Amino acid sequence: MEVENRGLRDERVIRENRLYGPLDPAPEAGYGMDAPPRMGFFTDTSVCIGCKACEVACKEWNNVPETGLDLLGMSFDNTGDLTANSWRHVAFIEQPVSREKLADRGVAVGGQAGNEPPAFEGLPTSRTAAPEMAARAATTGKETGTEPGVPPSPEPGAAVEMATEFLGMPSSVLPGRLPGGERTDFRWLMMSDVCKHCTHAGCLDVCPTGALFRTEFGTVVVQEDICNGCGYCISGCPYGVIDQRKDDGRAWKCTLCYDRLKDDMMPACAKACPTESIQYGPLDELRERAARRLEKLHEQGETAARLYGNDPEDGVGGDGAFFLLLDEPEVYGLPPDPVVPTRDAPAMWKRAGMAALTMAAAAAVAFVGRRS
Amino acid sequence: MGVRTWIEGWPVYRQLTGTDPLGRGLAAMSPRSAELRPRTETADSMARSVCPYCAVGCGQRVYVKDGRVTQIEGDPDSPINRGRLCPKGAASKNLVTSKFRQTRVRYRRPYSTEWEDLDLDTAMDMIADRVIAARAARWEDVDDSGRPLNRTLGFSGLGGATLDNEENYLIKKLFTALGAIQIENQARI
Amino acid sequence: MAECHPVGFQWVMAAKERGARVIHVDPRFTRTSAVANTYVPIRAGSDIAFMGGIVKYILDNELDFREYVLAYTNAATIVSDDFCDTEDLDGLFSGYDPELGVYDPTTWQYEGHEAAVEPRDPAMERETAMPMQHESHGPGVSARVRRDETLQHPRCVYQLLKRHFSRYTPEMVEKVCGVPRERFLDVARAWTENSGRERTTALVYAVGWTQHTTGAQTIRTGAIIQLLLGNVGRPGGGVMALRGHASIQGSTDIPTLFNLLPGYLPMPNAVLHPTYSDWVTSICHPEQKGFWYKAPAYCASLLKAYWGDKATPDNDFCYGYMPRLTGDHGIYKQVLDMIDGKIKGYFLMGQNPAVGSMNGRAQRLGMGNLDWLVVRDLFEIESATFWKNSVEVETGEIVPEECPTEVFFMPAASHVEKEGTFTQTQRLLQWREKALDPPGDARSDLWFFFHLGRIIREKLAGSPLRRDRPILDLAWNYPTHGPHEEPSAEAVLREINGYAVDTGLTLRTFGQLRDDGSTVCGAWIYCGVFADGVNQANRRRPGKEQTWVAPEWGWAWPSNRRILYNRASADPEGRPWSERKAYLWWDETKGCWDGYDDPDFEKTKPPTYRPGPEAEGTEAIAGDDPFIMQGDGKGWLYAPSGLLDGPLPTHYEPPESPVRNPLYGQQANPVRKVYDRPENITHPSPPEPHTDVFPYVFTIARLTEHHTAGGMSRYVEHLAELQPEMFFEVSPELAAERGLTHLDFGHVVTARGAVEGKVLVTDRLTPLRVGNRAVHQIWLPYHWGPGGWSKGDSANDLFTMVLDPNVLIQEGKAGTCDVRPGRRPHGKELVDYLNEYRRRAGNLEYHQTPIITTDAVHESHRRGRPDDGS
Repeated sequence: MEVENRGLRDERVIRENRLYGPLDPAPEAGYGMDAPPRMGFFTDTSVCIGCKACEVACKEWNNVPETGLDLLGMSFDNTGDLTANSWRHVAFIEQPVSREKLADRGVAVGGQAGNEPPAFEGLPTSRTAAPEMAARAATTGKETGTEPGVPPSPEPGAAVEMATEFLGMPSSVLPGRLPGGERTDFRWLMMSDVCKHCTHAGCLDVCPTGALFRTEFGTVVVQEDICNGCGYCISGCPYGVIDQRKDDGRAWKCTLCYDRLKDDMMPACAKACPTESIQYGPLDELRERAARRLEKLHEQGETAARLYGNDPEDGVGGDGAFFLLLDEPEVYGLPPDPVVPTRDAPAMWKRAGMAALTMAAAAAVAFVGRRS
Repeated sequence: MGVRTWIEGWPVYRQLTGTDPLGRGLAAMSPRSAELRPRTETADSMARSVCPYCAVGCGQRVYVKDGRVTQIEGDPDSPINRGRLCPKGAASKNLVTSKFRQTRVRYRRPYSTEWEDLDLDTAMDMIADRVIAARAARWEDVDDSGRPLNRTLGFSGLGGATLDNEENYLIKKLFTALGAIQIENQARI
Repeated sequence: MAECHPVGFQWVMAAKERGARVIHVDPRFTRTSAVANTYVPIRAGSDIAFMGGIVKYILDNELDFREYVLAYTNAATIVSDDFCDTEDLDGLFSGYDPELGVYDPTTWQYEGHEAAVEPRDPAMERETAMPMQHESHGPGVSARVRRDETLQHPRCVYQLLKRHFSRYTPEMVEKVCGVPRERFLDVARAWTENSGRERTTALVYAVGWTQHTTGAQTIRTGAIIQLLLGNVGRPGGGVMALRGHASIQGSTDIPTLFNLLPGYLPMPNAVLHPTYSDWVTSICHPEQKGFWYKAPAYCASLLKAYWGDKATPDNDFCYGYMPRLTGDHGIYKQVLDMIDGKIKGYFLMGQNPAVGSMNGRAQRLGMGNLDWLVVRDLFEIESATFWKNSVEVETGEIVPEECPTEVFFMPAASHVEKEGTFTQTQRLLQWREKALDPPGDARSDLWFFFHLGRIIREKLAGSPLRRDRPILDLAWNYPTHGPHEEPSAEAVLREINGYAVDTGLTLRTFGQLRDDGSTVCGAWIYCGVFADGVNQANRRRPGKEQTWVAPEWGWAWPSNRRILYNRASADPEGRPWSERKAYLWWDETKGCWDGYDDPDFEKTKPPTYRPGPEAEGTEAIAGDDPFIMQGDGKGWLYAPSGLLDGPLPTHYEPPESPVRNPLYGQQANPVRKVYDRPENITHPSPPEPHTDVFPYVFTIARLTEHHTAGGMSRYVEHLAELQPEMFFEVSPELAAERGLTHLDFGHVVTARGAVEGKVLVTDRLTPLRVGNRAVHQIWLPYHWGPGGWSKGDSANDLFTMVLDPNVLIQEGKAGTCDVRPGRRPHGKELVDYLNEYRRRAGNLEYHQTPIITTDAVHESHRRGRPDDGS
């Protein structure tokens, strides 16, 4: 893994994989081969206690505004989603699961996310609340003062999927787990979501103003002094992370505390996290640590545990902020196979390059004209 | 700003001439981004404190700039919290700088429906008068059998679990010397 | 713990990572349950039954750490022949007085000491929460007791314990707690298998245990288990209270409490302590072992701190100035006195009883009938604005134009705007540096009370009245600084620490305190915090640069000890019980105790030391008596003194319960403190009729995102948005039964009030099978009120005021209720609505559940007097 990571800072790799494929992005972005190591987050959801210290610490450091008072009914999640005014978001998933099915799916009972004996074994339970709760919660939405913010779900069935055992079915019809089904057992998953700081960042690639840029740490940051609120980045993000504030129109998201990084300080969320669910460091170290952690969980029988966003070969060239999940990504509301919109760009590179130059020249003319 | 500096500060110029041909990194870096530093570094002072919420006792570092708290975060030296904080501790800056915070004396006259303003010194003087009067109104020298009581039941106090030991010490000392035995705090709940 | 003490919980997660098994027992599946290895749902208020089952499991299977139990506990001590257990008396102990509703504890004493019991007034002890003194030390008992080291004597504590808990079978646990027996046995096995020479188990609790009419006894049950298993005084063991406010431990140590003085010295009582010598001798029992024997020095030094040079041996250190108690002056009594117009003025200092205290309506009606109210807070909390935005204004019970209370809102300085110490949950004092001045009129409480005292003294100067001497003679000269004349907190801390009168030098340890007036000390247990003239609470050697015990961070009372009774971490010969659990040991070559912590023992007293027959006090502590604050040097499995509701914990139902006590005819704690008032109705409970009107159990707790009554979170945007609105949680089964819909409004009703909020239907709550019926539990957070940015109804409005007899803590975790869909009635209709409920429940006006529900009461009374017994 270490060798592989080092290999990402190879000139040939960087040339060939500018727009797609494994890459160490900072050298490619003009910082040279001696750019600082790529920094990132490893969020280990198996030790998350859902306290939301990350959400608050982020807002306190970055002066992010509040998002209003809306009870969402999505378990203890009243943030709803990552938005321009919520750069960390803790998702809570109340999941009724049977012991047998847990075992079938590689979830160790008594492991990181299942109680031993099962939480409600031997108790007089009947129907489960989770699917109905999730479906109803999904229709509530939230006024966050941002766009697209946290809109009500057009299809509550998707929320039902998140709340119940994810069976890999594409639709909201879940065999054996219809609303009102028997509660056999239960687990409560928590996960602190954040901007992924993709290796190939769709938001950055489509930003016409240079407001989004790649930092020397390999992270992706919106520059508030540049952003003009055009909103192109919103559709460019394969994770649906980026969002605009309605009042100033600009896009805002996690900066991985760019200012703190410059002084070798830990990002605010990672520093606050009581249980080290959010770990910060050089990405190659985090990837090694995550691999060890995953191995340990697998040894404990938690074979459903998986890493998400750690693979440099994936559709975004791997994430600068990746996760250890205890279930399918969809259960946490994460896309299973995100792809950067520029995947097909290399084939069209010449044409696009010409177009870009033309546009740049046009922009230059316009800019100079305005200055004078 | 000279023309050359200005030109060099222009992203497209940097993109075309620098090491960032796609203009997604160094070339796009704005002057603000280039100069950005953590505000903890530029604070005027830092005080070492303790979180005011629960009783775990997490160490905090309080940064002040131009007479305002600009950041509160966990003290990594503390063997209790190792720099970490929960959401409440992490919201400490918000607590002390909240727009809802009331920093003026407010006075509600009996039978009034509104607050009024009141000068701090006047309020202190009025409160002292009321303490003396309430103390006298229900002063008890001795009980029915003539045993000393030395006390008043005229006023009472509630609170202390959010205060400092030194404050509680003075409160109990003052109440006791005034003969005011009715005092309680959150430890009873 | 993950919910309310998340940062402390990092250590639990670290232990789990190293292989510890985390077991969480709670009525509701919380964020702690989510990451615990094992979660056990339980009926609120049944913890003694659950843990009593564990005690029985230990004893039946002889799984106790026998060497530890024999050497360090009172297991072998023989109890009086006159003692009768709850086994004999249907849930009562011997000595119950049905007239006064209290026990005469004479028959509970160790054999041969029945007559030695000091003159007692148990009713007075309840009124003044006297057992609370024992937070720092055991009650007075003689050290000279008869023991049976074979533990076979039928009246030795070990055998009494066995008999007392004989009914607490796994089947009974299931029947009382709703915990399936296999689930219970799993916990019992885990706990016992993880305890002993090589391993220790830690027990952690919070107010879910204490806020019951059996609060103190619940903790006692935990302590009994931990003593039996050898988990006290050892690393990784203990019974740990997770307290909920930054300095709630400090405000108990240096109490703003009616019944205590600093260091757990009792407030003088008019009847019991008319003279100084009465007061002092009541504190230290003759013949007793241990450090509490030196109480006269602590008393004299405190009075010297209060009255300085005026306090001399000749005038009993101004003891005559001390105000006296005559009974209950606690907060709930005060509230009722306010309603009755007996109390004129009220200071609130960072507390919000309009939201945070039980029976909120009574609290607010009381505040609405004062002459004046001073509120010191950061925000305009509900207790400052009750006259304009409370439920009672809505119902017309408080009419602003008719409400006489004059209110002063005095803005307070925040924790960063003043310096001083907090004492955290493990007795650690930590000094806070001041970061900046408070804004506007905001001032510290130190400033407020120092200057209030100064102004009062100025106004009373020259008064000829005798009653004004104490305030005029008070030592009240603290140095001040700055434009606002802020008093020096360090000067106050120095006085708390204590100093020698002649040299003015600060003292290093309470062992230096004297009873002759030569020392001053504001709180003997804090003596040493300013040792060598240095603020020891301000020590900040980074954790990484010292041992895991971190003795150089802050300062813990007493004498900077981090684990109390740590002598018990070594065996009687002074060797660690195991290398894995080594903490303190006797070093023969150095001739002293050595280890990671300051020894909670005389440093040079060898394990072999044995006291002479006449020895008293510390000299009477043998080299293998670790419990140095106990009169007999032993950990108490059985408490012959100090508790008013029995020497052993017994399961009683909460005063409001949906079920009959399955264990005894006695339904609820027979010594509980009740206030029989129309504002304070208690619902009918078995064996009474009409229990079906309030068929469900409700319990309340905190959320991670909020703090207590919301005064420090509902006004803080970044917290309030995370839990933006009052809600309550029900199981899907209860939702179906009552037609409650997720995210729609619902309301919970009791005879005291109705509380509305959004319904959260969640699988995290489950019905329990209790006996032959299902019991549904509803959970509410209690953070909301009508003020702040985030507003809502206050869950504490649902509770009645009924208290534990030992410490006067209220039942605040289990009550009965009804739950309905939709919003509650508002305005005057609410009064009618509640009246209709009261009518259906049997025309409740002054209703309290009966105190005694067994015929054995007469037998208990008869057997309580040794002369008449057997």
